[in-house]
Amino acid sequence: MIKLENMEFNGQQQAQTKTMAAAAVPTPDVAVRSQKREETVRAEAKDVNFFYGDFQALKNINIHVFDRRITALIGPSGCGKSTFLRTLNRMNDLIEGARVEGSITIDGQDVNAPGVDAADLRKRVGMVFQRPNPFPMSIFDNIAYGPRIHGEKNKKALGEIVERSLRQAALWDEVKDVQKRSALALSGGQQQRLCIARVLAVEPEVVLMDEPASALDPNSTYRIEELMTELKNDYTIVLVTHNMQQAARVSDYTGFFLRGEMKEFGATDKIFTTPEQKETEDYIRGRFG
Amino acid sequence: MSTKTPTRPPQSNLARRKRAERVFYALCLAATFTAVLLLVLLLYGVIRDGIGRLNWEFLQSFPSRFAHRAGIKAALYGTLWVISLTGLIAVPIGVAAAIYLEEYAQKNRLNAFIQMNIANLAGVPSVVYALLGLALFVRFFGFGRSVIAGALTMSLLILPTVIIATQEALRAVPSSLREASFGLGATRWQTIRLQVLPAAFGGIMTGIILSLSRAIGETAPLITIGALTFVTFVPRGPMDSFTALPIQIFNWASRPQQAFHEVAAAAILVLLAVLLVMNSIAIFLRQRQRRRLS
Ligand SMILES: Nc1ncnc2c1ncn2[C@@H]1O[C@H](COP(=O)(O)OP(=O)(O)OP(=O)(O)O)[C@@H](O)[C@H]1O
Ligand SMILES: [Mg+2]
Repeated sequence: MIKLENMEFNGQQQAQTKTMAAAAVPTPDVAVRSQKREETVRAEAKDVNFFYGDFQALKNINIHVFDRRITALIGPSGCGKSTFLRTLNRMNDLIEGARVEGSITIDGQDVNAPGVDAADLRKRVGMVFQRPNPFPMSIFDNIAYGPRIHGEKNKKALGEIVERSLRQAALWDEVKDVQKRSALALSGGQQQRLCIARVLAVEPEVVLMDEPASALDPNSTYRIEELMTELKNDYTIVLVTHNMQQAARVSDYTGFFLRGEMKEFGATDKIFTTPEQKETEDYIRGRFG
Repeated sequence: MSTKTPTRPPQSNLARRKRAERVFYALCLAATFTAVLLLVLLLYGVIRDGIGRLNWEFLQSFPSRFAHRAGIKAALYGTLWVISLTGLIAVPIGVAAAIYLEEYAQKNRLNAFIQMNIANLAGVPSVVYALLGLALFVRFFGFGRSVIAGALTMSLLILPTVIIATQEALRAVPSSLREASFGLGATRWQTIRLQVLPAAFGGIMTGIILSLSRAIGETAPLITIGALTFVTFVPRGPMDSFTALPIQIFNWASRPQQAFHEVAAAAILVLLAVLLVMNSIAIFLRQRQRRRLS
């Protein structure tokens, strides 16, 4: 708590985003305690249900994702973390027979509204996957792919974007002289940072990360965590992780999922020190999951 | 204080399994050798008969009543014309159909029905396509016994295999690649054009080349739609009449004179060479693909 109160929050706000005291968030499940904190809501899920055919994978999810904060989603395998994450950028659209109910808004705009183009939404809500999935192209072309498909043709501009993104993803020094080389020749940890850089190159507002470090060694994991903390200054991050220490270390807010429901949501310090639900505590202490 | 029951030494079992392994290995080897041996015998016969006739003049001469003057110019050009046109017709349609079925189509009854029928069509004997081609292209559309009628019939024949091979190649593209592209805000078409098709290129080309080489060897459809057997000109356009290598070979081989059998053998060698080149290209593309994706 002490750490939270001493933290500095700048009040920069986008015109279209709502500002509210976190404590006043009118959602029953949400228990955000830090009264001092002024947070901007970037994304919001209201009564979200999700179905794979007849199977209901998400039940009545309510959550706020705050601007320029890291929100961690934790919970046992199969509880619906990835499913929820993918509703935020409509990646689930690609799955046959999947159906979503309730409202998911980014900057107050319903992502499932008829006028919203999924490709356009995914430009604003980028995603890093569990397993690094670079394109079988050069390092440069991997990063330039996003800007290119969105219409950037200028070579100089592309070069600048690539350099900036690689720097942001702490990969520039390692690859600056070999940008023409195949991205598949990089190590796993480098590939994952490349994938992060690739997302950053399209300048999304929100970055979704689905266990971005689960396939990596401790050192690469550490670098990715460092990176996330760094990125928090400019980006809103939603992070799915199985690693409790990771959630505790890097996130500001944590949501605990269990069997498709969100059992508890709150400031990370609170969730990890004095959770309200017994199940949350059991999970965090490693008693099940 | 339990008396240990002596477990059976694992060696005895191992010995039996090893023997089974050796027997199976020997059987596989025998099967392989039978196939290779037959092929070698066949090739030996053809080469022995044909090699003496194989020269530049043979490729550059028209057929003749005299075996020593007969050549395959007309048949070779006819085959190249038909196959090129077949490729131009069947490949775009087949690849587009596969992209639709694999990347766009919803999983509903209609599409399942279409899919099932394509699989069935791939198994239909070529003579059935030939009769369809005769009725449709030769008679109804009035193309007559032309190159285009032959190419259209061949296209019908290989379309199912082109579609199925392309679908398989598309399915082999890892979904993580598609997700990465979609995740960056690419549209479906951008994802297909920039990621899926390049990744599937080797597989698609392999399917196309194998389908086309099947078409090169097909005789029944061309005979049925009435390709000529004695042609002393090369087609100058799609509406010209033509002959093709398999027809020419069939024609020569069915004559009584030994000299014409030698001419037929030489023509077979040319046909085999064309097929070998095409299959080598397919293998090369597949290898390159493998290297690129690993
Ligand atoms: N494509 C799908 N079709 C049908 N059911 C699915 C599909 N994807 C996931 N599910 C089911 O939905 C539930 C939630 O899956 P999800 O992948 O969201 O879990 P998760 O919390 O991310 O688990 P993990 O930690 O193992 O990644 C699981 O029971 C899973 O079996
Ligand atoms: Mg998951």
